[in-house]
Amino acid sequence: MLKTSTFEENLRAVVGPQNLRAASTGDLVSGVFPQFVAEPDDEHQLAAALSLANDAGIAVVPRGGATKLDWGNPPKKADLILSTARLNRIVEHAWADLTVTVEAGCTLQRLQERLAKHGQRLAFDTLWPERATIGGVLSTNDSGALRLRFGALRDLIIGVTIALPDGTLASSGGKVVKNVAGYDLPKLVTGAFGTLGVITRAVFRLHPLPRAAKTFSFSAETFQAMQQHILAIQDSQLAHTSLQIRCTAGQLPAADILFEATEVGLAAQESHLRNLLGSARVEQSSESLWSARQNLWYLPSKAALLAKINLLPTEIAKTLDSLNSIGESRRVNWQIVLQATGIGTLRLEVDPILPSEAVEQLRRELQSRGGALVVLRRPPELHSFDAWGDAGDSVPLMRAVKNQLDPKNTLNPGRFVGGI
Amino acid sequence: MNLMEKRFLDELRTVVGARGLISSPEELHTYECDGLTNFRVLPQAVLLPSNTEQVQAIVRLCHRERIPFVARGSGTGLSGGALPVENGIVISLARMNRILEVDLLNARVVVEPGVINLDVTGRVQPHQYFYAPDPSSQSVCSIGGNVAENSGGAHCLKYGFTTTHVLGLEVVLPDGSLVHLGGKCLDMPGYDLMGVFVGSEGTLGIATKVTLRIVKRAECIRTLLAAFDGTNEAGAAVSDIIAAGMLPAAIEMMDNLAIQAAEAAVHPNYPDCGGLLLVELDGPVAEVEALMRDVDEICRKNGAWEVRLAQTDTERMLVWKGRKAAFAAMGRISPNYIVQDGVIPRTALPKVMSEIARLSEETGIRVANVFHAGDGNLHPLVLYDRRIAGQEQAAEALSYRILELCLEAGGSITGEHGVGEEKKRMMSKMFAEPDLDTMQRVRCAFDPLQLSNPTKVFPTPRLCGEKPGEYVAHPLETAGIVERY
Repeated sequence: MLKTSTFEENLRAVVGPQNLRAASTGDLVSGVFPQFVAEPDDEHQLAAALSLANDAGIAVVPRGGATKLDWGNPPKKADLILSTARLNRIVEHAWADLTVTVEAGCTLQRLQERLAKHGQRLAFDTLWPERATIGGVLSTNDSGALRLRFGALRDLIIGVTIALPDGTLASSGGKVVKNVAGYDLPKLVTGAFGTLGVITRAVFRLHPLPRAAKTFSFSAETFQAMQQHILAIQDSQLAHTSLQIRCTAGQLPAADILFEATEVGLAAQESHLRNLLGSARVEQSSESLWSARQNLWYLPSKAALLAKINLLPTEIAKTLDSLNSIGESRRVNWQIVLQATGIGTLRLEVDPILPSEAVEQLRRELQSRGGALVVLRRPPELHSFDAWGDAGDSVPLMRAVKNQLDPKNTLNPGRFVGGI
Repeated sequence: MNLMEKRFLDELRTVVGARGLISSPEELHTYECDGLTNFRVLPQAVLLPSNTEQVQAIVRLCHRERIPFVARGSGTGLSGGALPVENGIVISLARMNRILEVDLLNARVVVEPGVINLDVTGRVQPHQYFYAPDPSSQSVCSIGGNVAENSGGAHCLKYGFTTTHVLGLEVVLPDGSLVHLGGKCLDMPGYDLMGVFVGSEGTLGIATKVTLRIVKRAECIRTLLAAFDGTNEAGAAVSDIIAAGMLPAAIEMMDNLAIQAAEAAVHPNYPDCGGLLLVELDGPVAEVEALMRDVDEICRKNGAWEVRLAQTDTERMLVWKGRKAAFAAMGRISPNYIVQDGVIPRTALPKVMSEIARLSEETGIRVANVFHAGDGNLHPLVLYDRRIAGQEQAAEALSYRILELCLEAGGSITGEHGVGEEKKRMMSKMFAEPDLDTMQRVRCAFDPLQLSNPTKVFPTPRLCGEKPGEYVAHPLETAGIVERY
């Protein structure tokens, strides 16, 4: 039983009684039941609350829209949910400079709506934009189809403010796109799963909204033929924005390509694409296909595994072959949406339970070719399966960084790589 | 302090061979500074390793003896990043200059740090690929140096900086151990330590292998030159181009003084105007031609009285020649100059330029301006004559005042050249104490003994394992080697 009475009083004094409540079943974090949920009003309150928790030995789970709380490994401890719900302001949209400063609790949808007023966007497509927050997508390094052309969040973020467990509010980067002063801490916290600090605000570089856009789709008879198409497109001088493969066990692979350009530019790109793909049938298709990645999460099934996989483009065919063979030998049903960047979302399911050996085998194969398999959502029978896999020889260095910024292991203990 | 012990030099010589060790004073002078020539420190020795194992062995020896070291690529840096540290050694990566792997299908190239930037493009050019970060020194600067500084170049507006194009690193940490950051594939599990290492100016270790992303050349590249009465008008055109939703590959601006210098040096035949704009678009032919018409219209609408379109590669080369030679060209119109590297939000350009002009008039020191207009990166070239008493100090003071202007406008003290030695004193003006402290904590994770380029970037050294409370001077401070700013 935690000796929390003093802590609770202090926390209530810092965030205000209206912003602190007891946790309920809706606040579970991968099966771990926290005690409190705090919703500070601003980043100073948040930093103070975090510092109190750190002093009291309380384990903290930062939370935005709660859309990815079950990603990574279950936390070893989770006492306080520190919510960024009230840190949701769009601080400044410097549209003439193509930058925006936004607090971590703002949803992607709300941000994009505001940016669109000046014909701009954060060139990034995330899962569940109506609920996902800036802090959460940064911390999990989510990325989608736009990454091919515009880069990941690490390439779009130009400044960040984080609250450290000792109460420090530290800023790095700035408000200008070009800036090499000091260390690139925005990159350090991107994908760090909230284990180094709580992101309170970020500054992003923006891009113009496209004048016009078109999506085309095509399929292939074999995995090898599909890989050839993808490599040919990547090697061409087409200026496509996105390129993804969709494949389900037992079906032919399909691919979608997105062009964003002027009207006359789009016509020329279409013509170039058809010439490049030769006899393959190319059809204009709906932009709703770009939600395919998100749709993988909703397919009706009582318990599926969702994983992020990484591979080189030249390994596409081999990877699809591996999926087929594991699928057949282990009777696993699989479905994948794979971007031409080599990053994909994989859904695995089997009735009644998914054997961990199947996932292990796939992970081993991907790792042997320089890639990875990271579990995002796990079925109950895989509760203790390590989400991350082999993270290489820099894990001790990662632990050293963690030890510098969060020496008491207050933030998300045990959720990250190497037991961090 | 004592000269480096002969015994230690012998140990180093055993690692790299006699040809790999420079210790005679005459030869050491070559390494006493980099492209920033007004700071000079003679190193105790210079090592030229040939491979990763030798780099590790050298660093292990330094670690054992607590000798600080500074890694050096081509020595072209403009902020003193490769300036030797008092009583330390220089580790030159110049001999590690092989391109190890070219993987066109996956658009990756693996190189040793001493490979010259332009040579990467040279190797993949026959297949219509190029390595995107293009600092003006690209024909001589090294990839390792680019990694240390997170170098940009004129085309980073569209293509990004070095950090966007580094996929993986093999790094020798300051204790001699070897780690691999990033990897073959994107998004390898764990912290983005590779992202922290790029741009860390040699303070976190030494990169011994670099995996780079290469990019397919666009179908068509067109460069437009527009002449305006002044930089304000040119700046307004830039704003309109951005507002129209276009993202050019590059937008460069030069003022009249910069144009004069460029003409004198390489004769690019620029129009004689108050503000010159260079706009480059690349992409599919139809798209580029459509957008170029828009750019032309926007320029004329903002008062451009001459607009030229470079269509062939030769014409393009000449247009860029003038811009890329701008720094070196200053030598034609002034015996000495300081080049600065501030960044401002684009919208602050008119205010900052007029303030620079006012300061220039007030001090009597001329300032030529070359500007990456697309991303707000200013390169004011502060011109002076060292032989005239007081001019050098006045020029230095003016260059720092310009950086302060950049900060006041919400910008940065360095867009490309790095903080190094030169701009340490400005770090406390750009960042608050907690910000610098947090960065230094990260540094302690990599280099607890502070041996890797220890006196650079941060104004005040921080003991690792330091607890908050009473101030304890760092050994380098008590030894009088560094100051607290």
